[in-house]
Amino acid sequence: LAPWLPVVGLEIHAQISSNSKLFSGSQVQFSAPPNSVVSFFDASLPGTLPVLNRRCVEAAVMTGLALNCSINKKSLFDRKHYFYADLPAGYQITQQRVPIAVNGSLSYSLCIDNKMSQMVTKTVRIKQIQLEQDSGKSLHDDTRSQTLVDLNRAGVGLMEVVMEPDMCCGEEAAAAVRELQLILQTLGSSQAVMAEGQLRVDANVSVHHPGEPYGVRTEVKNINSMRFLAKAVDYEIQRQIEELENGGTILNETRAFDSKLGCTVPMRDKEGKQDYRFMPEPNLPPLILYDAKSLPANMNHQQVVNIDWIHERLPDLPSVKRAKLVEQYGILPEHSFTLLNEDGLTEFFENVVKQTQMKPKKVIGWILKDLLSYLKQHSLTVKESPVSPFLLADLLNLLEKKQISSTAAKQVLTELWKGEGKTPLEIVKEKKLELIQDQQELEQICQAVIDGQENEVIMMVLG
Amino acid sequence: PQVTVEVLDHLEHLALVDFRDWEGVERLQKAIQFADQLHEVNTDGVEPMDSVLEDRCLYLREDDVTEGNCTKELLKNAKEKVEEYFVAPPGNIPLPKLEERDTFLQGS
Repeated sequence: LAPWLPVVGLEIHAQISSNSKLFSGSQVQFSAPPNSVVSFFDASLPGTLPVLNRRCVEAAVMTGLALNCSINKKSLFDRKHYFYADLPAGYQITQQRVPIAVNGSLSYSLCIDNKMSQMVTKTVRIKQIQLEQDSGKSLHDDTRSQTLVDLNRAGVGLMEVVMEPDMCCGEEAAAAVRELQLILQTLGSSQAVMAEGQLRVDANVSVHHPGEPYGVRTEVKNINSMRFLAKAVDYEIQRQIEELENGGTILNETRAFDSKLGCTVPMRDKEGKQDYRFMPEPNLPPLILYDAKSLPANMNHQQVVNIDWIHERLPDLPSVKRAKLVEQYGILPEHSFTLLNEDGLTEFFENVVKQTQMKPKKVIGWILKDLLSYLKQHSLTVKESPVSPFLLADLLNLLEKKQISSTAAKQVLTELWKGEGKTPLEIVKEKKLELIQDQQELEQICQAVIDGQENEVIMMVLG
Repeated sequence: PQVTVEVLDHLEHLALVDFRDWEGVERLQKAIQFADQLHEVNTDGVEPMDSVLEDRCLYLREDDVTEGNCTKELLKNAKEKVEEYFVAPPGNIPLPKLEERDTFLQGS
């Protein structure tokens, strides 16, 4: 049986973190009362025009730079036409011909065979990043055979990040998206919380035999979490392989992931190839960006987006933060991944290190094994930890000074989780966990043990 | 080039226009002929203009909240509403196929 090569590409929509929408001054607000943060433009009332939000442009430039893209100094807006109840204008303003950023790359890491100790770095090419409007939300009421439409989300700024089909499975797709999520959160260009719809992923999946042309691809939508992303992609790969091995064919269709059943199903309302009748957005001139060289002398500062200015102010990206942690604290690369993966964990670790004499290389073990596993067991975030960095540092100092053994330290930690407000030293005294340092006292104890077990001692001496 | 029934049907589906009668189609054909005159100009090596606004500056707005909060007014336009949601049919209602709808395009 010839092997199958799965091919996975992704289209990721990230909601831009801004106060107001892409082309109007209504608020970007999750969970607002229905239709309360909607302007006349968002509702597509006649006589309204789009006015571009500078913050959204800056967010897209930041993201493009962080993903090693070329920023197009001139980009254009287009209309993409289709009919749907949550798209009042009947078209979406997007950037189809010339988007704001192109040709970038994203590096991400995977554990081989689920072992944290063996990490491999992969790269996925970024085809482009484009600015576009989000649509409103449709709530389907099947019992009354109607759809309820809320336009609060209509017009919110999105960055669509298109990843080339360089990935081969669910695990790679999830790892790439996770890294993108961390980058967006670090930049602040998007909060990228999947649960709030700020990060949405569509996967393009196909399979083929090595050496043969790519197979027909399907688009998988409705993936609502990182977990489901890997599942949906892997299910679709399997489905296509089985279909082809049974002599069937793959249709170029759009499928939805059903999280309850764990499978993909064809989507209704998406039959046949869509003709979006792309046309230039007649109400918006080209978007011109500047750099230090091309900056015009007498232009209003507020009207200028300077790519170099933004570049200089980019924060350390996750990959750089990890490298710095490894260098500064002598921890392993895989440790740095875990530190960055948990919100607030790096800060916690660094705070403990500052307050203890124990070497960071040893502290990390306590953070990743003891602290983190406890938090996970009780579904707590780092911020909700009953043990503060101060308390943990205090405990680790007792251990470093050899006042207690490491076993005793673990016992104290178990007590500290209860969050009863006792200090490590108080618990040590309470439970009499101090290490005995006095040589004479130790000899007395050993002698007492030997005296109490005379027969066993004689047996041992006789061999 | 003649505009075929297939193209007219396709346009009616996509844009939900109704050519209504052959006069409408004639008007379309005349418009295409008019636009075809563009082919008489040699545009080799010329960057296409796609907007008369190309010399204008695209105005950038500050990221301030200046509008919204007009639910009542917006819902005045709703034929039907449920608790401040607009009500729409359950899905797109596609234009019936050529054979199945009452159109002058049939039997051509």
